[in-house]
Amino acid sequence: MKKTGAEIIWECLLREGVTHVFGYPGGAILPTYDAMWHYPILHVLVRHEQGATHMADGYARASGGVGVAIATSGPGATNMVTGIATAMLDSSPIVCITGQVGSKLIGSDAFQEVDITGVTLPITKHNYLVTHAEDVARSMREAFHIARTGRPGPVLVDVTKDAQQASCEFDWDAAAPQLPGYRPPLRSPAPEYQKALELLNSAERPLILAGHGILMSGGMRQVKDLAEKACIPVATTLLGIGSFPASHPLNLGMMGMHGEAWVNHAIQEADLLIALGMRFDDRVTGNLKTYAPLARKIHVEVDRAEINKNVKVDAALVGDLRAVLDEMLPAVRPAHHPEWLARIEELKGHSAVRDIQNLPDDGHLYAAHVIHDLWRVTGGIALVVTDVGQHQMWEAQYYKHDHPRSLITSGGLGTMGFALPAAIGAKVARPDAEVWAVVGDGGFQMTMAELATLAQEKLDVKIAIINNGYLGMVRQWQEFFYGGRYAATPLLNPDFVQLAQAFGIRGECITRRAEVVPAVREARTRPGPVVLDFRVEKEDSVYPMIPAGASLHQMIRRPSPIVETAQDA
Amino acid sequence: MLHTFVVHVEDRPGVLNRVSSLFRRRAFNISSLTVGPTDKAGVSRMTIVADTDDGGAARIEANLYKLVSVLRVENITAIPAVCRDLAMIKVAAPAETRTELIHLVHVFRARVVDVAPESLVIEITGTEEKIDGLVDVLRPYGVLEMARTGRVAMARGSAAAGNARAAAAAAGAADGNGRGRLSEDDNSIYSV
Repeated sequence: MKKTGAEIIWECLLREGVTHVFGYPGGAILPTYDAMWHYPILHVLVRHEQGATHMADGYARASGGVGVAIATSGPGATNMVTGIATAMLDSSPIVCITGQVGSKLIGSDAFQEVDITGVTLPITKHNYLVTHAEDVARSMREAFHIARTGRPGPVLVDVTKDAQQASCEFDWDAAAPQLPGYRPPLRSPAPEYQKALELLNSAERPLILAGHGILMSGGMRQVKDLAEKACIPVATTLLGIGSFPASHPLNLGMMGMHGEAWVNHAIQEADLLIALGMRFDDRVTGNLKTYAPLARKIHVEVDRAEINKNVKVDAALVGDLRAVLDEMLPAVRPAHHPEWLARIEELKGHSAVRDIQNLPDDGHLYAAHVIHDLWRVTGGIALVVTDVGQHQMWEAQYYKHDHPRSLITSGGLGTMGFALPAAIGAKVARPDAEVWAVVGDGGFQMTMAELATLAQEKLDVKIAIINNGYLGMVRQWQEFFYGGRYAATPLLNPDFVQLAQAFGIRGECITRRAEVVPAVREARTRPGPVVLDFRVEKEDSVYPMIPAGASLHQMIRRPSPIVETAQDA
Repeated sequence: MLHTFVVHVEDRPGVLNRVSSLFRRRAFNISSLTVGPTDKAGVSRMTIVADTDDGGAARIEANLYKLVSVLRVENITAIPAVCRDLAMIKVAAPAETRTELIHLVHVFRARVVDVAPESLVIEITGTEEKIDGLVDVLRPYGVLEMARTGRVAMARGSAAAGNARAAAAAAGAADGNGRGRLSEDDNSIYSV
């Protein structure tokens, strides 16, 4: 049947199973918006196109599906850049559809013309410039296929206005992807599996490094089977949180720059690292020269380009993580590592009394207390979306995630302003989930216009602002490494309670520890969005901390004296 | 060291940009890049020379494969291959040195493709070393202008190296050094 290019966009979205899109209209995408009415897809009107991309990203990470963002040409498209790069660095499958000026005008510096396929070339998995209605269907199908398969990532489809307006025959089946250069990863050869198994079965101090890839391949059960069968402790990356239950006795916690001290020590003492769907990011390894000096390494990874990129490995198993582990598991020999586990207990014992127990309960409000109480009150079942900075690390340390896809955060790009829009996307994807945006006062102000989206869509997202009146993580670096010169980090903030009220959202300010639990309880019982402004200790720092480029075991520890509090027992 | 990649890509707008952007983004230096059509419609062939170590070369290959428009990548550095560069050199040639120059052109098996009152244009095909050799010899006469294509390369033998690698990969040796059969050494034709 004959359809316009604009209609074909919606036909394709419908057939790809899309139920919601996040977007902002404008001149060059108007034909597509005009065709929207005829399709049962809900459109969430954002307040800034960056928000649309983060929402699509949050939607994708919460659901495991593909998120869709729509914007117009020029500034609409360039506003998406940060969100696209965020999705690229964290391998999040989103499809961004942008309008483009008419094909005859391309290259003429027309009004709102920008070469967005050129701009996004290094930050998309692939992108398309579509100048004919006939090419819309195939480009859309290929975009979804590329976004969700292999190592997922963002794909941008830029459609000229005339391609949206022109009509052509629409045949879904005939538009099947034709991607001769896009293949599933090669299977690693049998000897490589043999080698990995030998390393695994002979290890005395093995450690699993659990990454984001586990969640994306749906390999949670396989990882648990592997850990339990051979009694291997598990450390997670930031994005790997939730891939292995936090309450599992073999779970050690997070590794890396702000990871648990005993985890980083364990990595340095291990004789085998089994890296599952993680990429040895510099925030995880610290100084590569001194990283895990005693360990052989097995790397299970879908992207061959990650093998030997940062850390040289002894066995590389390329492919879908779940399939690789399914293949390996039968040959994994059951083992116990009593000495190794005892050694880790010992590391926990004397080197790492929990930070939260070190904090004096002196009437001041500490962010760690807020997160800890949030975890207790929500029973650990919330879907938490964080921004970037100190609160993000405290969330990772003190909120215990037992479930996959229950923490969504910007890891690789470290995008401030991510939390609020991503939480909106997550809530749209999982309306039954209790969604909390945990956000710093700095990052919140980057995208707080999306409070209007939240109000307009009547979405039940709770927002916890960890408000210390500073760009806290930067202040911490200034304190540690720049002689305490707080250049441009103190913030004069608006009254977030009044601000929320201006959007028709209830707000509350919390200044003392005793008020935290009642406030969180109250927020949970009220349907609809709530903004909780937690005025926390201004100059608190995240511990432990590995200074950038230092070795894993060279952590800065919290200097304050140990005062245990009754509330933390 | 210099690594030579033969890259088959879909002949679509922007593909050259995608490939060159990859090298820039991953901070690999391209020494030369040539691109042209192949015997197959819709498929272009690039020869890319990059200065990197073996680990870097493996990552270049893996990253090239991640580009959706890239069909096949062969690192032919370690396998027998024919590598050629074409140069056109305009050299000052007043009457008193002209005979000498033409003699040199013959020695290098190059050709004079343009004759003007005060200059010659010399065309030469061969390895980079051979061309460098000619340029060194011509320099004292006054090189006025030079254009070089950069390296184009092809694995020797009747079976393309990539096919051998693909077959080896299918048999379970993804990183085996598949090699095409060798043809007769034709180096003599081009040697000085």
